[in-house]
Amino acid sequence: MAETTSTAARVQGIVKRFGTTEALSGVDLEVAEGSVVGLLGPNGAGKTTLVRVLATLLRPDEGRAEVFGLDVIRDAGAVRELIGLTGQFAAVDELLSGRENLRMFGRLFRLSRRGAAVRADELLERFDLATAADRQVKTYSGGMRRRLDLASSLITRPRILFLDEPTTGLDPRSRNEIWSVVRELVGEGMTLLLTTQYLEEADQLADRIAVIDHGRVIAEGTGDELKDRVGASMVEVRLEEPDELGRAREALRGLSCEEHQEAEQPGQIVLATSGDDGVGMVAAAARALDSAGIAVRDLSLRRPSLDDVFLELTGSATADGAEAADTSDAGRSAAGDGGEAPEREPAEAGR
Amino acid sequence: MSTQAGVVAPPASLARRFVKAVEDCLIVTGRNLRHFVRQPQLLIFSTIQPIMFVLLFAFVFGGAIGSSLPPGVEYVDFLLPGIFIQAAAFRSTQTAVGLAEDLDRGVIDRFRAMPIARPAVLIGRTAADLLRNVFVTLLMTAVGYIIGFRFRTGVLDAAAAICVVLAFGFALSWIFTYVGLRVRGAEAAQSAGFVAIFPLVFASSVFVPVSTMPAGLEQFASVSPVTVSVDAARALSIGGEVAEPLLQSMAWVLAILLIFVPLCVRRYRRMG
Repeated sequence: MAETTSTAARVQGIVKRFGTTEALSGVDLEVAEGSVVGLLGPNGAGKTTLVRVLATLLRPDEGRAEVFGLDVIRDAGAVRELIGLTGQFAAVDELLSGRENLRMFGRLFRLSRRGAAVRADELLERFDLATAADRQVKTYSGGMRRRLDLASSLITRPRILFLDEPTTGLDPRSRNEIWSVVRELVGEGMTLLLTTQYLEEADQLADRIAVIDHGRVIAEGTGDELKDRVGASMVEVRLEEPDELGRAREALRGLSCEEHQEAEQPGQIVLATSGDDGVGMVAAAARALDSAGIAVRDLSLRRPSLDDVFLELTGSATADGAEAADTSDAGRSAAGDGGEAPEREPAEAGR
Repeated sequence: MSTQAGVVAPPASLARRFVKAVEDCLIVTGRNLRHFVRQPQLLIFSTIQPIMFVLLFAFVFGGAIGSSLPPGVEYVDFLLPGIFIQAAAFRSTQTAVGLAEDLDRGVIDRFRAMPIARPAVLIGRTAADLLRNVFVTLLMTAVGYIIGFRFRTGVLDAAAAICVVLAFGFALSWIFTYVGLRVRGAEAAQSAGFVAIFPLVFASSVFVPVSTMPAGLEQFASVSPVTVSVDAARALSIGGEVAEPLLQSMAWVLAILLIFVPLCVRRYRRMG
């Protein structure tokens, strides 16, 4: 189970258009058996579309998609035997009880009446739904629904499970519950393709992360690899006087870190730290600014968010950042020496 | 099942697959029937509505329309087979609504991602709606009997009349299955249904003999599937020329099914 290297899902050059918009513009992706791949991207990036293609719900316009070597169009029936799908919107029957839902899906998966009943009980127990088993699903909380949805996908122990934004819209407690269930599944060796908008979620659950934007995979790697591109963490400086930006940059130049391209507010500087020295960097920045006599409103250490990874990878922020810097009085020189040159690289590497 | 719970055995022969397909249809039908029971308000309103029509038309228009009926025919006897058809026509729009709701909620996505016989979701829908029609039509007959309606023919003819109503409703269900698959959202499906059904039902022999209509409308009404089905059901209930309207009605039903069942199945397969 742990040593298999076969491919559970393979996507090559998938293009999908809806009218004039291209939801997927040539996606390539591979999910090794037994691994957990996180598909990370903002709303509208094409994550759900890709999952729907793999789950045989959507025909791609171009390209190939295979699940365990089976073509999702030609061998759709066989693919459906192997997959489990938990959608963004809980696809369970609201008017039936949790137990009825699971029994119905079990029967449709060719379990005997008795087999379906036994399996339903097992899953209700496992997903902590036993006490609510006979209540109509419309009375369930968001987290309970999501758990039932997940249970419904596991009736036949699929060989690959697609989880489309499993925690979007959930409160933190429910999110943690879903995470722990997913971790258990991973522990059992389940192959997983998970979509999410949250870097943290991908980071927590996935072995590898593929970043998707505008229907294209723009980067792939482990969570650490992706975060290294942004810097382990960032020091955010907000000045009391936006006019002092130039002086502040001057004062901070001595520190061994680069200025991150993102600076969406006037009087703000974001420094990318290169290692685990975040706290030291905060202290150093504070000393440098203090000795230069520059008033600081806020100085903080921040973990990279999806936004940061995104801005770094798409490079679109490089243009924005440079523009913003150019319009400020002192920006020109700083954008030239600190910000611009190093940022180009990852954007190209991502392609 | 000899295998352990949770492990799927692939279907073997064609016969097996056929049995599995029938089972799938039954399971989905059962699920939809449960929905009716779980939404009593829906069942109550879709029952009250036709009863209301029976009472209103029988008592409000009965006196005025009675004089244009053939001699010896009571308006309530004339009206009721028409109301059966009218009610079946309106109810068939619910097929689109039910399907649109399922699509909105993602339940259909789950079904589609499972190894289920492809048409099972659609057949399960229309079969459940057919069974609901049986129930509502029998209930309306009972209400009719209370206000003086009688089948003036034999038991077999009466049963045949009900079957005409059911076949008509079933065929329309498939049209609205297609509507439900094409239109996004339950409300849109509902509106689309009413726009199509209202003129068909009123420009027909449901409430009045078509001979009382202006010429152009009469021509349209006399070939409408609603009219021929009403005429067939009516002749089977209270006597009159059966063969011609019955054949026409069955031709309509067959034609609708032959066109819309494949359309629906094709649409369902290619949906996304």
